[in-house]
Amino acid sequence: MEIYWVLGIPLAGGLFLAAWGNRARAPELNALFSLATLAAAAALTMRIVAEGPIMVGDGWFFIDSFNVFLVALTAFVAFTTALFSRPYMRIEKDHGRLNDARLRLYHSSYQIFIGAMLLALTTNNMGILWVSMEAATLATVLLVSLYRTPASLEAAWKYFILCGVGIAQALFGTILLYFAAEKILGSGGTALLWTHLNGVKEQLEPTVLQLAFVFLLVGYGTKVGLAPLHNWLPDAHAEGPTPVSAVLSGLLLNVALYAVMRSKVLVDGALGNDMAGNLMMGFGLLSVVLAAFLIKRQTDVKRMFAYSSIEHMGLITFAFGMGGPVASFAGLLHMTMHSLTKSAIFFAVGHATQKAGTQAMDSIRGLIRTNPTIGWGLMLGTVAILGVPPFGVFASEFLMITTAMHEHPWATPFLLTALGVAFAAIFGKVQPMVFGETELPRLPHQPALAPVFVHLGLVLMLGLFIPPYLADWYRQAAALLGG
Amino acid sequence: MNLSFHLQVINLLAALLLLISFAMLSQRRVVGLVTLFAWQGAALAASTALVAWSTGQHHLYWSAALTLALKVVAMPWFFYRLVRKLDINREVEAVLNIPTTMLIGIALVIFAFNLALPISQMAGTVTRSTLGIAMACVLLAFLMMITRRKAITQVIGFLAMENGLFFAATSASYGMPLVVEMGVALDVLVGVFVLGIFFFQIRETFDSLDLKHMERLKER
Amino acid sequence: MTAGLILQTFQTVLAILLAPLLMGWVNQCRAWLQGRAAPPLTQPYRVIRKLFHKDAVLAHDAGPLFRFAPYILFACMALAAGIVPTIANDLPFSPAADVIALVGLFALARVFLALAAMDIGTAFGTLGARREMLISFLAEPALLMVFFTASLISHSTELPVIVETLAHKEFVIYPSMAFAAVAFWMVSTAENARIPIDNPTTHLELTMIHEAMILEYSARHLALIEWAVALKLFVYSALGIALFVPWGIAPAGDLAALPLAILALLAKMLAGGAGLAVLETLSAKMRLFRAPEFLGTAFMLAVLGMLTHFLLEA
Repeated sequence: MEIYWVLGIPLAGGLFLAAWGNRARAPELNALFSLATLAAAAALTMRIVAEGPIMVGDGWFFIDSFNVFLVALTAFVAFTTALFSRPYMRIEKDHGRLNDARLRLYHSSYQIFIGAMLLALTTNNMGILWVSMEAATLATVLLVSLYRTPASLEAAWKYFILCGVGIAQALFGTILLYFAAEKILGSGGTALLWTHLNGVKEQLEPTVLQLAFVFLLVGYGTKVGLAPLHNWLPDAHAEGPTPVSAVLSGLLLNVALYAVMRSKVLVDGALGNDMAGNLMMGFGLLSVVLAAFLIKRQTDVKRMFAYSSIEHMGLITFAFGMGGPVASFAGLLHMTMHSLTKSAIFFAVGHATQKAGTQAMDSIRGLIRTNPTIGWGLMLGTVAILGVPPFGVFASEFLMITTAMHEHPWATPFLLTALGVAFAAIFGKVQPMVFGETELPRLPHQPALAPVFVHLGLVLMLGLFIPPYLADWYRQAAALLGG
Repeated sequence: MNLSFHLQVINLLAALLLLISFAMLSQRRVVGLVTLFAWQGAALAASTALVAWSTGQHHLYWSAALTLALKVVAMPWFFYRLVRKLDINREVEAVLNIPTTMLIGIALVIFAFNLALPISQMAGTVTRSTLGIAMACVLLAFLMMITRRKAITQVIGFLAMENGLFFAATSASYGMPLVVEMGVALDVLVGVFVLGIFFFQIRETFDSLDLKHMERLKER
Repeated sequence: MTAGLILQTFQTVLAILLAPLLMGWVNQCRAWLQGRAAPPLTQPYRVIRKLFHKDAVLAHDAGPLFRFAPYILFACMALAAGIVPTIANDLPFSPAADVIALVGLFALARVFLALAAMDIGTAFGTLGARREMLISFLAEPALLMVFFTASLISHSTELPVIVETLAHKEFVIYPSMAFAAVAFWMVSTAENARIPIDNPTTHLELTMIHEAMILEYSARHLALIEWAVALKLFVYSALGIALFVPWGIAPAGDLAALPLAILALLAKMLAGGAGLAVLETLSAKMRLFRAPEFLGTAFMLAVLGMLTHFLLEA
């Protein structure tokens, strides 16, 4: 039952906010809807933890440990982002960059975007998964171009076209999947249900599934931001409003990767070899290395962290590609850590750029002096994402690298070099932003950065101590992924 | 080579689909492109209806009707209006010249046919061999998107790609489940709607729909 | 054997006699479509008769080649008309009706015409000849590809066998022929100097191709050339009919089917001529530099037809 609330609230919220317009309290309503979604998601999580995987609505929805974990994460980050966007967007409006009509669009699309992602996560139908991924893209295209500057329009166009093309490949993969399934399960609605497919995966035609997986990986991989299909990602992150960057980076990429993983489980069963895993490892490694070296050349702070997202999604893809209980566990953990940390960083960056009036890193200096809260938020977030202990990112990266050393030693030098380069590049650029000299006076008012510290606190906590039930939960999910 | 008559017609329509894809690749004017796109939709709707009739899969009639309504009537009408309103029916600037594009197109067709051959050979469905054509259409549309500069041509390329995918779905496996098809159609519709808004935004900002203005965001 | 010979002669003579009529029909349709008063259907015959009654004028520098060329041209076309199955299949000349040989025959005629055009050394003649060679070197491979597509279906390059397979066996739709048909139409506009490659009615030096070559001819030479041109259009139409709509052509040795075959031929020619006129009215002549692109497209379509054959029909 909770599942209908989880999906219904954002959808209703989207429609309501479209009708309500940007009257008084619209931002608060946005946050309220997100809070309600979070509550429903929490209830759903409790139930799964207590009862195990469930199927709802004639098998149309299927929730197991793997996706419920992402549902909870999505609802949580969506809520904190809504909290963050309330003051942030108000200031943007005061600066004259946004007007009422655009804010109405923003609030409405935000809820629909969250709803589409939650649908993608909970549906049992590979076709609906595709449809909702596409819906999530469409909901955000107009958000990326919210400022209507030439650069933001260009970014949104790139986002739309590249992701459109990518998602078309994924549709082709889905068609091939259906084509293979239909011979065994018969035609009709049930042949695309993941649970049914999972039951007969050994019988599916290997040649078709092989081809299908290539298309699915390329298609959804475009959305994950895997190199060399990552071109849209830095632009969309840099030019869109900061809350949108935060949810794109923290949530959408995860959901796309989720789609890849669901496919991989099927393909592994049908092929009985490591083809899917190897492909993912290849794409993942390429993304990590490429992104690390591109980070060095960035001058725009949001762009830099967008590349860092590519790097981390590459790492997660690599970990899932390796497979096995430890690597999958590490991948899941890293997914959580990355979502929390990266959205926290974007919150801090958003405030920093808003105060400085520019996204160019050269022009942002001495945040610790002008506003210690932002300065510390950015610094801690950066340190966390770079994998400095005791933050949780360190734990997951450590697990990944030790597994890689053990199972695929050839990949380790690449990973370590890339991580090192990224560390040096990001740290070297953030350090003067936070501690550099500045003539600007102290800011009079305090920014609302509670979400940043909540996220970072969670990351810190998970780095020091993973509660047993959470660890169990990750282990179950890792087992589902074929660990 | 003893196919029943309706299968031959489906094969013929498949060939027509490919023919139109090629014609789109060589078309220079936006209006011509829109017309070709409408024809492609018509061929697609006809083949879907035929598959529905020959196999008795009634939900495919819905897909055919949906295709007819969206891709033959609604979208071309929308595009014609857009072209007239934005006054963009000049020659399409291509990144590559047309003969080169066509040569690449031929290479893509050969590639697609090769890729589809093993699958076609074991497919159980009667319209199996058309899978290769569908894949070729997808790749050709992709090529068109890459080689054209104007925003509207890229979108038509995107929709043509969608046509190819739809054809793959009907030819390989008698269509997807209806819910999925509805979802896809809805997505396409919303997508075109979003694009319409988008075109006006681009036009407002750049005073042109030529994408060469949109090359600022690059890795330096 | 005698029946075959009679039939062969009958078909060839019929083609030679009917050819100007087809030309007249196309011109008439075009005039109607353009809203002009149409010349009578027999106008081409009158032109030819008038030209035969005139005295021939030759340029000072004209060599024997210049004088012989019209005869060779006409002979080639008459021979082509004899071997393409128009009303009956499997005639005595049929063993020669190989499509590759046919392309060679057209090429022979074209080479002589081009040489003759250059023979007298005027600027226009050379210009026309060079343009004609450019067009034909692009058109010929495309034409061959069209024929290969057709021959893949019947496993033979002999026209009677192709017609036999397509017309008299069980009815089958060949998707590859759709591509071949479009390509064939594109090639035949180029080969017959029609719009959009060339304009048969123009005498504008910048655009003319075929007309530039025959500018220096007069009287009986010109009459033969005009007749040959009409014959070429007829042969191409017959080829198109044989490849794409062969139903109605009388099977080998079946005299009873002959009246029907003649009727079918007339009907198809009427429809084809009208179709050509419509297409010519709708399209505009393209610049010479676009011609390679146009013919390249034709070539690629023919290749696509072959590929489609392997995918769908093999």
